[in-house]
Amino acid sequence: MPFSLLKYGLSNDYPFEKDADLPAPTELKRHYDVVIIGGGGHGVATAYYLAKYHGMTNVAILEKGYLGGGNTARNTAVIRSNYLTSEGVKFYKQSVDMFQGLSNEFDFNIMYSSRGQLTLAHTDATVRSFRQRTEVNKHFGGRTELIDPQQIKELVPTLNMNPADMPILAGLWHIDGATARHDAVAWGYAKGATQRGVELHQLTEVTGVTVEQGKVTGVTTNRGAVSCGCVVQAVAGHSSLVASMAGIRMPITTYPLQAMVTQPVKPFLDPLVSSSALHCYVQQTGRGEIVFGGGSDPYPLYNTRSTLDLKESLLASAVEMFPFMANLKLMRQWAGITDMTSDYSPIMGLSPIKNYYLDAGWGTWGFKSTPICGKTMAELVASGGKVPELIAPFSMDRFDVFRQVNEMGATAASH
Amino acid sequence: MKLMTCPLNGPRNISEFVYGGEVKAMPNHKTCSDKEWADYVFYADNTIKIIQEWWFHSPSGYWFIAERHTASDEILRTFDPSELYQERIDFGHEEGVKGGVV
Repeated sequence: MPFSLLKYGLSNDYPFEKDADLPAPTELKRHYDVVIIGGGGHGVATAYYLAKYHGMTNVAILEKGYLGGGNTARNTAVIRSNYLTSEGVKFYKQSVDMFQGLSNEFDFNIMYSSRGQLTLAHTDATVRSFRQRTEVNKHFGGRTELIDPQQIKELVPTLNMNPADMPILAGLWHIDGATARHDAVAWGYAKGATQRGVELHQLTEVTGVTVEQGKVTGVTTNRGAVSCGCVVQAVAGHSSLVASMAGIRMPITTYPLQAMVTQPVKPFLDPLVSSSALHCYVQQTGRGEIVFGGGSDPYPLYNTRSTLDLKESLLASAVEMFPFMANLKLMRQWAGITDMTSDYSPIMGLSPIKNYYLDAGWGTWGFKSTPICGKTMAELVASGGKVPELIAPFSMDRFDVFRQVNEMGATAASH
Repeated sequence: MKLMTCPLNGPRNISEFVYGGEVKAMPNHKTCSDKEWADYVFYADNTIKIIQEWWFHSPSGYWFIAERHTASDEILRTFDPSELYQERIDFGHEEGVKGGVV
């Protein structure tokens, strides 16, 4: 082994280059059919499906940082479809179905783990809304049931059934709920897309968007200008800022979202557990660490700083749910930037600029929609702007006609 | 703990305050178009800069205005709304909205 190390150390021919996951960086071409701004999960998934289903490979993904380094790496990797609106449930259900086959499709393990997600109700009003969510989910083929405290005890024996003096009345048991390795999802899509000829340009920041007569014709970057047939904007956390380069104003307000993880402990918690009244969700990763998350920060900010206020209130709730966790130590904490819409639904589809497509407003529901979002955005691009039926309700101009998709099943809304 | 200086109560923990949205001019809801109203209600520049925004000191029930940077989170100034609004805004008035313009 030391000899081979020495041999390759002295040679220019490294053994891994042949089967590297991503090709080496190249110069930017002067023209692409499609420019995708943002190399996160959504951007690379869109490129992947453009290449795979529509044969479009003259595509560049421009990423100012590195692949999957933004909110793709900062979410808490929850996959579920137990939303409230018909539009939302239909959409997220297809995403869950696609996630299940991704490891095979990529030949790359995304560590998909279907463990179920349990949301707790502490009031009669929440129980009623859970009944509705159960029926909407069943109607669209998802597996969701309303369960009683006895069943909850059997699923999660360590759970305190009376947290913060708010007895648990019922649970929304979403059997399809799952988790996966979020980085691997981005890597798998990027690998598949670049193998088919898509170019991924990291450390390439879009600094301007060229619009001529109401139509996008190119972008300028820190590595020069490129012309393009169309642009897909997929920059969660910076949607308003990037869109403003094209002169588009968006119905978005941007908030930080904080999360944290403990030291690893023995496996004790199989489902992902969330409390609607305590504004807290808890899950144990495959490595044994416990991940905590909650709602967004109380006021808008473009900053991934952490605050003690939010940590204290979130952990107080987590300890109410699982009292023994009071003895655990936190290992890491971080924040992501969430682009919130006022109806907790995404903004997908056309923009006021021709050939400039929006994939934005992903608040706290972006990761779980990665596959279906990529697939439908690719359809939109390949058809030259014909909006797929599945995402038509999420168009930005719904706000102009007051036709919001009121998604009260979103984490930030129910929390 | 982050502090905010309330014009009425002095420096207090920011958890005592409730964010109330950006200070912006309200169009006359009786005469404006649907698009203008949607623009007022939903759309925002949402950019990185110093903005003026409404804040509410919850324990004392007092609304005021703060100037804050949306990336550094630095609070530059807080002041009583009377600096910007001299006359009362009567939302239900028959003749429409009088104030609302900064």
